[in-house]
Amino acid sequence: MADQTLPIAGTLDVTPPRRSTAMLLEWLHGWVVTVDHKRLGILYMVYGIFFLLVGGAEAIAIRIQLAWPGMHFLSPELYNEMFTMHGTTMVFLVGMTILFGFANYLVPLMIGARDMAFPRLNAFSFWMTAFGGLLLYYSFIGGFGLYGMGAAPDVGWWAYAPLTARAFSPGHATDYWALALIVAGFGTLGTAINIIATAASMRCRGMSLLRMPLFVWLMVVTSGLTLITITPLTAAQVMLLIDRYLGGHFFDTQAGGSAVVWMHFFWIFGHPEVYVLVLPAFGVASEVIPVFSRKAIFGYPAMVAASVGIAFVSLGVWAHHMFTVGMTSVGNTFFVLSTGLVGVPTGIKIFNWLATLWGGKIRFRVPMLFCLAFVIQFLCAGLTGIMLSVAPWNWQLHNSYFVIAHFHYVLVGAIVFNIFAAIYYWYPKMTGRLLDETLGKWHFWLFFIGFHLTFDTMHFVGFLGMPRSIYTYEPDRGWNTLNLWISIGGLIQGIAVLLFAWNLVHSYFKGKEAGNDPWDAWTLEWAVPSPPPPYNFAADPVVHSRRPLWDLKHPEDPDWKYEP
Amino acid sequence: MRSTNREHGARAIRLSSWLALCLLVFCRPIAWADGPLGTPSIFSPASTPAKTILDLSWFVLTITGGIFVTVGGLLLWAIIRYRARSTDDDTEPPQIYGSTQVELAWTVIPVLIVVVLFLTTARIIFAIQDAPEPKAALDVTVVGHQFWWEFRYPKLGIVTANELHVPLSSKQDPKPTFLHLLSADTDHSFWVPQLAGKTDLIPNHPNDMWIDPLQPGLYVGQCAQFCGVEHAKMLLRVYVDTPEQFDAWVKQQQQPGVQDASAAAGRRIFETQACTNCHRVAGTAAAGTFGPDLTHLASRATIASGAALNTPENLHAWIQDPNNFKPGSLMPAMQLNGEQIDELVAYLNTLH
Amino acid sequence: MSAIPVTPVAGPWSLPSRGRVAMLSLITGESAIFTIFVVAYVFYIGKSLTPPYPQQVLDIPIFNTICLLSSSVTIWLAERQIDRGKIRLFAAWWALTIALGMIFMIGTAIEWHKLIYIDGLTIRTNLFGTTFYSLVGLHATHVVVGLIGLSLILLFTLTGHVTEEHSERIQVFALYWHFVDAVWVVVFTVVYIVGR
Repeated sequence: MADQTLPIAGTLDVTPPRRSTAMLLEWLHGWVVTVDHKRLGILYMVYGIFFLLVGGAEAIAIRIQLAWPGMHFLSPELYNEMFTMHGTTMVFLVGMTILFGFANYLVPLMIGARDMAFPRLNAFSFWMTAFGGLLLYYSFIGGFGLYGMGAAPDVGWWAYAPLTARAFSPGHATDYWALALIVAGFGTLGTAINIIATAASMRCRGMSLLRMPLFVWLMVVTSGLTLITITPLTAAQVMLLIDRYLGGHFFDTQAGGSAVVWMHFFWIFGHPEVYVLVLPAFGVASEVIPVFSRKAIFGYPAMVAASVGIAFVSLGVWAHHMFTVGMTSVGNTFFVLSTGLVGVPTGIKIFNWLATLWGGKIRFRVPMLFCLAFVIQFLCAGLTGIMLSVAPWNWQLHNSYFVIAHFHYVLVGAIVFNIFAAIYYWYPKMTGRLLDETLGKWHFWLFFIGFHLTFDTMHFVGFLGMPRSIYTYEPDRGWNTLNLWISIGGLIQGIAVLLFAWNLVHSYFKGKEAGNDPWDAWTLEWAVPSPPPPYNFAADPVVHSRRPLWDLKHPEDPDWKYEP
Repeated sequence: MRSTNREHGARAIRLSSWLALCLLVFCRPIAWADGPLGTPSIFSPASTPAKTILDLSWFVLTITGGIFVTVGGLLLWAIIRYRARSTDDDTEPPQIYGSTQVELAWTVIPVLIVVVLFLTTARIIFAIQDAPEPKAALDVTVVGHQFWWEFRYPKLGIVTANELHVPLSSKQDPKPTFLHLLSADTDHSFWVPQLAGKTDLIPNHPNDMWIDPLQPGLYVGQCAQFCGVEHAKMLLRVYVDTPEQFDAWVKQQQQPGVQDASAAAGRRIFETQACTNCHRVAGTAAAGTFGPDLTHLASRATIASGAALNTPENLHAWIQDPNNFKPGSLMPAMQLNGEQIDELVAYLNTLH
Repeated sequence: MSAIPVTPVAGPWSLPSRGRVAMLSLITGESAIFTIFVVAYVFYIGKSLTPPYPQQVLDIPIFNTICLLSSSVTIWLAERQIDRGKIRLFAAWWALTIALGMIFMIGTAIEWHKLIYIDGLTIRTNLFGTTFYSLVGLHATHVVVGLIGLSLILLFTLTGHVTEEHSERIQVFALYWHFVDAVWVVVFTVVYIVGR
């Protein structure tokens, strides 16, 4: 067929040597100056996985301190630094980096392009994000701060005013928080711009917008959302620094400034931010679930519309984090409605995944195990979100462990599970070797059990009145045993993640060879060798449907016969 | 030995059932705790707003529970029914790309559910937030500090700290307490789950809330908005008093500080050793407002906003160095020797 | 044997210019930053506890505004010239754009000098001072960045490195300058009309 331009086996320059034989410095130099989207994607992911372990260690420290009332494992000052850094790290240095890392790696491959639209901007963005993270962690050793415990941020990842004013936070903890995130934020902006420009301008022939893989769609929507989400945080942090160093009064309640304005600005960032984190996870699920159900995704156009809908509605729900600050009843009511409405497109997605599974031939490989757990867990997370959207009930549950349980159900139960799914699914493409399936199943089940032990229990201790951000609790409130279970679950999750880290390293050297297409999948990245050559495609692909490889594998029943 | 998909599916079912059983075993000791002191559970309300919220919560739980059982059930069914079996042939299953009717249905139904939830919720928001204040209501001004609570009863001329006394109310004779919430420094939040939802105390942004306690007793809570290093120890005790108890308490609190001659030495220390910079004892020269009012300290069950029981030993240790109970507390160690502190404690113990 | 369907032929294929998409994305992000500063400004109108107040010290910068907005016209004229390959005319209009921008900056500096040294309004004086200098300063920073870019391009033009081929890139850069002017319309309205 004259139009066939995908590489034909045997005529390509095959995978370059797995390990460079050049000197170590030259190899390192290659990684430092690279502008190749695949290498930058891997850098992002390695960076993110490293900080996953760091943030996880912070969580374990928190849970040891809370395992029993009156523990002296962490001083109050250090505890406050731990939960602030845990939150800040997981959101900015783990979630954003790993997910944008996947975007970097996969978007050009999935659209048949050679690289991102702006490779040098790509490199610049990575290094900005990386330096931001290092600046944040330098705070542990950079100066003595308030109590001699280093100057790591200790004001909560939400950094409410006026606690962050110089009067209440002398020392540099808050400054590290603001500056590190401003720097990292520039990196995020650069990547977001890059992803949008790439998807707009670098698609291969025949790939109309409605033929892009859903992962690409979700990354484009995420990037668009990022543009107007991270920037309000940057603005608010600049205002905070003006208050702290130039004598400004943005949040200075003594001068007539408003603490509530900080809350509004922070949550105008903070709520869409969680959608920035979860939308790529949806993208992963929308790639993995079809392949392991052996069916096309059900309702592709609705999935696209729902994603765009979620992004838009998510911009109008932020004050559901502020139901207790004293907004008017009308204000509260509005945000109840908007928050409930964002559940509708989200529910549509869950139903579409369910319908994809329905009538399929489900293969329980490790990526699919994580995705299946994701679906049920995300359903629960959405339902506890609905509970929290009911303002009067929120007046009880706000700032309690119920909220922590809810958002960890989303961040861990949905996002981290899908990150694991994504790694098991695409690691073979990136390295040429499969991750060990048995170790993977151990990882999955241990993590699943630990996750539920911790976060299911946490809902209940919230019902019993336990607030968040406390370094210890009273022994006569009925919270003791539940906290112990929560902590044990945390340790189990920690073991699971260590198993996973071992799997990553071990399989790199000893894993089974993957070949181009170990999962029998249908999108363009599976058409190239594993790992792909630097130029990705030997010849620019031409596609005629949403699943170009399905068309090749099923020439008698191609997708383009059924797509509009 | 690698398991087949079928064995794997069956194992999954067994494991999930076991997990569900464990969860059920958990549930027993939680959430239905009773009683005035102990677990501040939102499921044992003792005041009108808390009861209203719980009623709404059951309604919401029913709906979300129903959704969970339906969708979760369908998911579980799909995983079991449509798992790949070793007896399958090589062909791919029928590719279904979508269905307009189905997709319309699962768009419209959720919207309807949201509307129902919204309308129910809106009604309750207005009922609680915009409830008019009856004449018989008691007014209390709450001022949040790092890391203690100031309570002022403007119409009764009472100023106290950390332990709030309110009168019992009832349907026949409503006597709610309306709290006016202010802050002297950072953000705080007043949360006693059995009495009401929480409302924040934000500087330069006064807020109002009300409680309507229908059962006498002691209800506990704590600050629910991170306010700094000792946020965890900014505890709340609310005593719902019967009418007799409340009247007696008010009378006692309206008295100036007890002048017990046997504690004169301690009182002298109090008045000369910088205590008066922060603390007030009504009827004496001590008129500091940075720290809690101590006029009736001995009538309180705890010190340091609940961080310790109000015993002479604890009081001694607290004055010696507040970091013993609350590291990072804003009260400095007073640099007094043991004997001076003993006399001081003796004096403070007379302040009923 | 079932018939194998013939692969459809892909039609004509054109994609938007990546530079334009990127610049529009950047403008979107920047608009969000400005929106937050504008919201803060509007929220704090009338809330300063101490003087000076806007009515007392703000003069409407009509001349400055005319210069800045005219620079959008001149840059547009410059874009048209380079599109036709008329590099000399392009350079002239481009230089005029820079000149107008610089007049705006000088005018801002004069205004601020008066406010600081004569009226005693600084960023720490009151809420008006904080929000005014932040918002107007943020805009001025963007003008400075724009002027630097404009000057670099003028330098490249005068040394003969800019040709008709660069027309697309010039237009992408000009988008940024148009954005800066559009933001000024908003800032001007909020600060000098609504807020006074």
